[in-house]
Amino acid sequence: MESDTIVMNETAITDALIDCTLQLADDSLIMGHRCSEWCGHGPVLEQDIALTNIALDYVGQSRNLYQYAALLLEQLPKEKALSLVDFDIIPEHITEDSLAYLRDVGAFKNHLLFEQPNGDWAQTILKIFFFSVYRFYLFQQLQNNADERLAAIAEKSVKEVTYHLKWSSEWVIRLGDGTDESKFRMLQAIDALWPFVGELFEPAGYETLCYYSDMLTFERLRSDWLNKINQIFETATLPPQSIGRWHQTGGKNGYHSEHLGYILAEMQFLQRTFPNAIW
Amino acid sequence: MVNRSNHTEEAIWQLLETVKDPEVPVLSVVDLGIVRKVIIEDENTISIAVTPTYSGCPAMDVIRMQLRILLLENGFKQVNIQQVLSPAWTTDWMSEKGKEQLKAYGIAPPLPKQTVCHPDAFQEEEAIQCPHCLSYHTRLVSRFGSTACKALYQCLDCKEPFDYFKCH
Repeated sequence: MESDTIVMNETAITDALIDCTLQLADDSLIMGHRCSEWCGHGPVLEQDIALTNIALDYVGQSRNLYQYAALLLEQLPKEKALSLVDFDIIPEHITEDSLAYLRDVGAFKNHLLFEQPNGDWAQTILKIFFFSVYRFYLFQQLQNNADERLAAIAEKSVKEVTYHLKWSSEWVIRLGDGTDESKFRMLQAIDALWPFVGELFEPAGYETLCYYSDMLTFERLRSDWLNKINQIFETATLPPQSIGRWHQTGGKNGYHSEHLGYILAEMQFLQRTFPNAIW
Repeated sequence: MVNRSNHTEEAIWQLLETVKDPEVPVLSVVDLGIVRKVIIEDENTISIAVTPTYSGCPAMDVIRMQLRILLLENGFKQVNIQQVLSPAWTTDWMSEKGKEQLKAYGIAPPLPKQTVCHPDAFQEEEAIQCPHCLSYHTRLVSRFGSTACKALYQCLDCKEPFDYFKCH
């Protein structure tokens, strides 16, 4: 009996690890896609290049994570793997590409915050800033995770995230403490995005099972995140914020806003029209 | 060309010097510090561990293919190229020779004594030397440049813009 319980727990943890890895990958991919939408539309050439470089880092991080999720899934009997991931089109092999291209909205686990539209420059900057602070503290903790591969991905990614944090902090300060117009835009951006912030710190079941139970507490992540936000907001002469009880949630469990469908329609179009196309 | 008889690790490292970073073609993958391990398993089999500079670096796929082709051409039948992420690559792993080559090519090399890249906004940077006129009187134009690993600077003396291989 006892050994059965242990086996069951191990299975549950592996399932949770796959969900967690996919969750992290989906956040990175969706943010990468959002940033890439600015390609050719940046306000000045240097910042256009900044956003595409950041997009490249995010997509690279998502590839490392999808590759790991695919590896874990391929080790399982196919039936079991397909019970864990809801594919819209069943792939012959589970790969980073099939995970990115062949799942529909309900199978994506990204936070609602990151699928929100780019809006104007202020909203784009604020979203990248929120994401950078979140990932900075999350990856700092994850790089000590018991799962070596996840820890290695976090260790690699946190260096890139540190640079994004520096860049986006500077822009929040520049806009918040800039002109009346730029400050007004930042205040509007805070109003637009803040209702989605709380979801970052509400653990999904798989997150609790996988890593937050032993070493990552959401409390600590939340207070680190909020302190950093308010520290930069103060320099930017923006009003301090707090995280209330009410917020929009659902993304981590597959319940999304209508925006995600449009992202996937554009991103997955080619693979769904010409399955297995390569170039 | 490496003969079967001289499949020594040292000879392989020398051979790998001929593979250049496609985005910075003066710099070999060895000088860049991304080849972490060479293991000659037997006379037909070799394993190479490579680490990416940045997670999304598009040059990595090309580099892996170049390494594979080179080793196949040099008599190996089985070439295993593994990606390792930890410990994460740092500009401290770039060789002194590599830094000199970068400078001669017109790219300011990463500072010799790396300060840890800090997240603080508007943090004071150490002076970056212009690779053209060697002046330290330079300014940051943009934190991001033509590739993931570079930032854009301008020299305030000779006025030339230049790339800086940034802190990482």
